[in-house]
Amino acid sequence: MVQLTLPANSRVAEGRHHRSADAGAKTRLFKIYRYDPDSGRTPRLDTFEVDLATCGPMVLDALIKIKNEIDPTLTFRRSCREGVCGSCAMNIDGTNTLACTKPIADIRGPVAVYPLPHMPVVKDLVTDLTVPYAQYASIQPWLQATTPPPTNRERRQSIEDRAELDGLWECVLCFCCQTSCPSYWWNGDRYLGPAVLLQAYRWIADSRDEFTGERLDDLEDPFRLYRCHTIMNCTNTCPKGLNPGRAIGEIKAALARRR
Amino acid sequence: MPRYRTPMSRVRGLGAAHEGVGHWLAQRLSAVALVPLSLWLVVSVVSLEGADHAAFKAWLGIFGNAVLLVLFILVACHHMALGLQVVVEDYASGETSKMIGLVVTRFVAVLAATGGVLAVARVAFGA
Repeated sequence: MVQLTLPANSRVAEGRHHRSADAGAKTRLFKIYRYDPDSGRTPRLDTFEVDLATCGPMVLDALIKIKNEIDPTLTFRRSCREGVCGSCAMNIDGTNTLACTKPIADIRGPVAVYPLPHMPVVKDLVTDLTVPYAQYASIQPWLQATTPPPTNRERRQSIEDRAELDGLWECVLCFCCQTSCPSYWWNGDRYLGPAVLLQAYRWIADSRDEFTGERLDDLEDPFRLYRCHTIMNCTNTCPKGLNPGRAIGEIKAALARRR
Repeated sequence: MPRYRTPMSRVRGLGAAHEGVGHWLAQRLSAVALVPLSLWLVVSVVSLEGADHAAFKAWLGIFGNAVLLVLFILVACHHMALGLQVVVEDYASGETSKMIGLVVTRFVAVLAATGGVLAVARVAFGA
């Protein structure tokens, strides 16, 4: 049946307030979601005072400072700290984005940091992305062709054909768009979601790929593709400035063209 | 309850249905068709303001008006059925509730279309 009430773990309690010993004029408050499913306790929202005078400019810098200096149990993913690995995707100030490329100065008031929405939480800001990864693997994200590649040479394409991949190859699979989509929230077990569909289109649009028809066959489904209702949350939230909504539209147009 | 199926097994599920493009196209085409039909209906209703039954019957007796009104009813009900199907598929999480929702909304749309067309016929051609 339709679920009208939220699960018990959706209620977030007020957590601890960690005061800063060196609180100065540049102190900012960070309100961070804390949850350990193994503890049996409900999630809480901890408040941390962070002195920005001794902190880097990005939200990730503050999270690392909190982990190093205030609470080492704070758990989050991070790696490249320059927006190319997609690890530190989280919900900051109400929008999914990468903590490493989100300036603290862009946020007014306390900085609210939550995990990516509607995904199972492993701990604190770390979500379980097993299903999106499986969905990504299911679209077979590699070049497929029956024609052997030229001897001692790469498969060639024109400058125009290569340009078709711009706006697609830059995706870092952070799943900010995926987890901002209400259709993915409600039907994430069957809808592939904007990140995976953008990747699917990346191979459909590749002039070197010879399995375009088969790729479209696998996407032609009321749930895998057509749960997208073009509300464009995906495009609005993408920290890389990409347009998954347009990629999904191109897939729908290709399916209509081949009828 | 622990889930022993792998994520890939759950994602692949029963495979692609190989349909959806027809529904998608029909929803858009019916939406486009409804733009002029709705405008015509609004203008007609406004022009008939205060008219009695005889005047309305005379208006509907004009063949073009009857055709356009029947077209509006059929296209609107078709568009409604397509839209409600999407709403049910989006929000009904259980298979049983989804099936019931899809059948009921389709029945309601067919009922509305049939009733609307017969009402037009009755007024246009009735005594």
